[in-house]
Amino acid sequence: MEHLIWLVPAFPLGGVLINGLFGRRLGKGAVGFIGPGVVGAAFVVSLVLFLDLVGRAPEARQLTQTLYSWIAAGDFQANIGFLVDPLSATLMLVVTGVGFLIHVYSVGYMHDEDSAGFARYFTYLNLFTFAMLLLVMADNFLLLFVGWEGVGLCSYLLIGFWFKDRDNATAGKKAFIVNRVGDFGFLLGIFLIFGSFGSVAFADVFPTAASVLAPGGDLAFWICLFLFVGAVGKSAQIPLYVWLPDAMAGPTPVSALIHAATMVTAGVYMVARSHALYDLAPDVLAIVAGIGAATALYAATIGLVQTDIKKVLAYSTISQLGYMFLGVGVAAYAAGIFHLVTHAFFKALLFLGAGSVIHALHGEQDLRRMGGLKPIMPVTYWTMLAATLAIAGIPPLAGFFSKDEILWRAWDAGHPVLWALGFVTAGLTALYMFRLFFLTFHGPFRGTAEQRQHAHESPASMTVPLAVLGVLSVIGGWIGIPPAIGEFLGGVPNAIEAWLAPVFLSAHGEAGHAAEAHAVPPAEYALMAASVAVATLGILAARHLWLARPEVPQRIAARFQVPYTILRNKYWVDELYDALVVRPYNALSRFAWRIVDEGLIDGLLVGGTAKVVQMQSRAMSGWESGSIPTYVMVFFGGAIVILAYYLFG
Amino acid sequence: MSAYLSAILFFPILGALLLAGIPGANRTAIRQATLAISTIHFLIALPLWWLYDPTGAEYQFVERVDWIPSLGVQYYLGVDGVSVLLTLLTALLTPLAVLGSWRYIDRHVKEFHILLLVLTTGMLGVFFALDLFVFYVFWELMLVPMYFIIGVWGGEQRIYAAVKFFLYTFIGGLLMLVGILALYFQHERATGTFTTSLPDLLGASVPGELQLALFLAFAIAFAIKVPMFPFHTWLPDAHVQAPTAGSVILAGVLLKMGTFGFYRFAMPLFPEAARDALPWIAGLAVVGIIYGAMVALVQPNVKKLVAYSSVSHLGFVMLGLFALNATGVQGSVIQMINHGLSTGALFFICGMLYERRHTYDIEDFGGLSAVMPVFAVLFMIVTLSSIGLPGLNGFVGEFLILVGMFQTHPWMTGVATAGVILAAYYMLRMFQRVMFGPVDREANKGLTDLSGREIAILLPLVALIVWIGVYPAPFLARTEPSVERFVERVAGEGFEAPPDLVEIAPARGAESERENETRDGEETETP
Amino acid sequence: MSEIGVGHYITLSAVLFTIGAIGVLTRKNAIIVFMSIEIMLNAANLAFVTFATAIGDLGGMVMVLIVIAVAAAEAAVGLAIIVAMFRHRETVNIEAFSTMRG
Repeated sequence: MEHLIWLVPAFPLGGVLINGLFGRRLGKGAVGFIGPGVVGAAFVVSLVLFLDLVGRAPEARQLTQTLYSWIAAGDFQANIGFLVDPLSATLMLVVTGVGFLIHVYSVGYMHDEDSAGFARYFTYLNLFTFAMLLLVMADNFLLLFVGWEGVGLCSYLLIGFWFKDRDNATAGKKAFIVNRVGDFGFLLGIFLIFGSFGSVAFADVFPTAASVLAPGGDLAFWICLFLFVGAVGKSAQIPLYVWLPDAMAGPTPVSALIHAATMVTAGVYMVARSHALYDLAPDVLAIVAGIGAATALYAATIGLVQTDIKKVLAYSTISQLGYMFLGVGVAAYAAGIFHLVTHAFFKALLFLGAGSVIHALHGEQDLRRMGGLKPIMPVTYWTMLAATLAIAGIPPLAGFFSKDEILWRAWDAGHPVLWALGFVTAGLTALYMFRLFFLTFHGPFRGTAEQRQHAHESPASMTVPLAVLGVLSVIGGWIGIPPAIGEFLGGVPNAIEAWLAPVFLSAHGEAGHAAEAHAVPPAEYALMAASVAVATLGILAARHLWLARPEVPQRIAARFQVPYTILRNKYWVDELYDALVVRPYNALSRFAWRIVDEGLIDGLLVGGTAKVVQMQSRAMSGWESGSIPTYVMVFFGGAIVILAYYLFG
Repeated sequence: MSAYLSAILFFPILGALLLAGIPGANRTAIRQATLAISTIHFLIALPLWWLYDPTGAEYQFVERVDWIPSLGVQYYLGVDGVSVLLTLLTALLTPLAVLGSWRYIDRHVKEFHILLLVLTTGMLGVFFALDLFVFYVFWELMLVPMYFIIGVWGGEQRIYAAVKFFLYTFIGGLLMLVGILALYFQHERATGTFTTSLPDLLGASVPGELQLALFLAFAIAFAIKVPMFPFHTWLPDAHVQAPTAGSVILAGVLLKMGTFGFYRFAMPLFPEAARDALPWIAGLAVVGIIYGAMVALVQPNVKKLVAYSSVSHLGFVMLGLFALNATGVQGSVIQMINHGLSTGALFFICGMLYERRHTYDIEDFGGLSAVMPVFAVLFMIVTLSSIGLPGLNGFVGEFLILVGMFQTHPWMTGVATAGVILAAYYMLRMFQRVMFGPVDREANKGLTDLSGREIAILLPLVALIVWIGVYPAPFLARTEPSVERFVERVAGEGFEAPPDLVEIAPARGAESERENETRDGEETETP
Repeated sequence: MSEIGVGHYITLSAVLFTIGAIGVLTRKNAIIVFMSIEIMLNAANLAFVTFATAIGDLGGMVMVLIVIAVAAAEAAVGLAIIVAMFRHRETVNIEAFSTMRG
């Protein structure tokens, strides 16, 4: 099966070339077929590889293919090579599967574009899929980094897809640059890895990690910390999350694919992939978990008061990513990946549903001008309901299992504070998500009459992906039923944990036993019940506040002016960064140009030298009277002096 | 002994003589003839790629004839892997530069093209010379045509820029001449023979203090050319004033002569001094990276922005050379080529903008993506290459440089890596202001997309940008033996990494071994 | 009356040279200055020939030929310049030309 691996990224790359070079001439029909088609083909190949892995013994579930030696200079060597193991196979299925659905959806969503724009859109989207596949399939850190930057590029291009609006282009640029800050850390991490291991290949680094790096040592600490800086940038965690809300300027399917389901989870994947290193750096794991939990709560509070439907979802994504980092931060890597998968289902669905609503209302994104759309858009309504329940953590939908697994593992690992943060966030999540849901679909319609007139359910190319994702949002969690519940269902195993176990089996074999059945402590049931209770409470509160008594939120806002203003303005973090980083840097740059370059170096040193020479020559030029007799006189005088010197000297 | 190098070297001059025979009024004929000559020249030089034996570290295609026997001066040419790449880059950029001047140059067309061809010979001579005297002759020879290209066909302040360019390089050249003479006499004192041949001079070592002085003389000459901070201020002026072809050649090839000079002369001739000066020069390179990026950010003029970005990029090249290991130096060599391609393409793009709007002010553009879609794609790829996006050429060079330098100077590398962020900031900001947003100026609404000629200019560059990014192996393979010999010569034996390396990034396995030892030691002690 | 010897020739040469030098120094007319320079050149020629004969070395003779050739070239160029100067300014007074003042 190894020889098929290259086909997975090759299909989207082919799509890029065809759509990019000939898309305009092919027309929208062909592009709309090729764009999703290549991703579908990649999905099929991924599925074949996945089934091949399933058919093997757990220890043998690893396929590799090396295409060629990419960079080899001195001691350094990096290949274009792929690794398919349970972890990357899972991600490949998510990327190509969810990606395919979103490509199909895009055909309907983007049908108003002209053929050039349409081709450009699918070129970028295919390129993104290609880069994301490189990222998850890479067998070394450098190729992972290629994918890492590649998805960042596509994110930049797609956020600024409607570049005629200056704000969109600015948002794209911001995303790229903030990501670059993270990539700076990632690069330093790679340098340190190469410096320590003499290689960047996973196969060289991970098996020897425990013998090369001292557990808890400085080197392990810095490597993991630098890599995590990269993850913080890409996965929009505190303090580098600021680009993601702005990224919503892109077309909505892009937000679903890149800024919810796949790209932003790359950081989680990378930490999980490098777990052999992180296991040696418990301090960094603590930082990961702490930042994850803090981000989860922080973003949820902002999401509570946003009025743009996509911004709410963006903050929700940041918050859910926080959960994933909380999971991997307490060394529950499988739980983090599990949440990544379920999140890909329901968050993609939420974005696509929101896109469907926006599409129906001709670009309206403000929750305050929506409402009462339930009868008009039944498919969107019911699928959104499934996704919202899933993200709120209501059993037996997908989000319940994955989120609860993370919370339980945080508690179990002895981090009650982190658990408490996650717990509060769970309640807030239910609250703000149902706020969004009620404001969109229930109550009276608050938009213009014209919007009401034209509101319509979306075409089949959009609703079918919604329905598929809806089903996945409902049943997707069943791949990770914890033993605590599984034993009541006749011993249903935690499939995903068992599936990923060979990958996360660390050198000292600790994570291995996680997959095995063990006695379920009563606390797990208590926590589970508490999570469900807090989620239900959140939903009821949302129903009370935004459905039954819509005037109450305003009263609360008026009553608690200060916290409300803080939240409305997102804690002024953007302004803070602007004042602390961007403006000083720009001012310093201007100083470097005007004062240092033009003033000091060019003006004083270079110009000064020229001035001195000029002054001297001006003084000397007095000798040059221009009068020929004077010259002759001096000439003779000189001749006589020289003569006299030789005769009498 | 083949005369292949001489053929490559003097073909442009012969072409220039041919050109002199065409009446000046027939501009099209002159342009076509120059294009033909430079294209044939490229085709003559191209087999070098295959004929050069990549496994050999020795100079190849050597030509050695006595020139001034009484002084020990020889006409002595030869190429190593690095020269081969730079030669091909030069030969490629010349016909493109002719194409790029097709409309831009409309006065004294004949003289311009003659100078361009003479310039080509001057540059190639620098890359071929294995004799310091020959090297110096070509070094000064290329100065003259460039001076006139800037001074005659340049912008409003062309005279100022041309004189500044000339004086800077010339002062450096004189310092180098003094260095060459001192080395020449020193060698005679040591061995009794007068020679200016590089391999012979490499054979004899120079005593410590004199070595440092001579190294500085060479280093300043080359640093001006690179240009390194703080010798860079001639560059923005020269670039902004020069015509498109001048800027392209200047950025693409002339700047490389500085780094090439370090690679072939300054560092191998004076290895101990180079090692002593390492922290200073590498430090200046890092300053240049950050400083160039900062100053580039606030430039209102596209061309000046690209010029300052060159300061930043060449900082990377210098940093790689002074990593003194094969990884870093290989990256540095690749980055020389990359910078020639990317920045050359960027200057062509500036020229295309100028031909349409007769301005370089970023303010005057905006939203061009909408009216010039093909241009937008090519410009985007070149911009990304300049930023160092993986998959394009810039990344390969920058990454190797940084990973190489990190092994010896982690802190410096850390600072230099920040240049990666800053590059994205200034380039994307410029790109966005020029290409995105609404088309809010009337004059921009009717702009035409690229013509076939303009696409023909950019396409080879973009193809190489992608090629080096995706499959750099053929380039790396050709330079590897040469670079390894360079590293062996300069780093030498007994070159030890500075102590801070040991603290942060111990040699692989070293720490664990040490840890194991101590742990073992403790265990045996405790009972 | 003693025979005419080296001393006489040299004295004549010195006199001629002095006359020329005084002429160059004191006269304002460019043509006269030019003629004075020619006198000085010929004084030098005379000295060359004298010593060449006295020592028996042909080098001096050769030098004279070179000087004559140079003087001829100089006369051509110099007179051309003077003519050009006259056309330009309608005078050949050397004090009138001071445009080379620094």
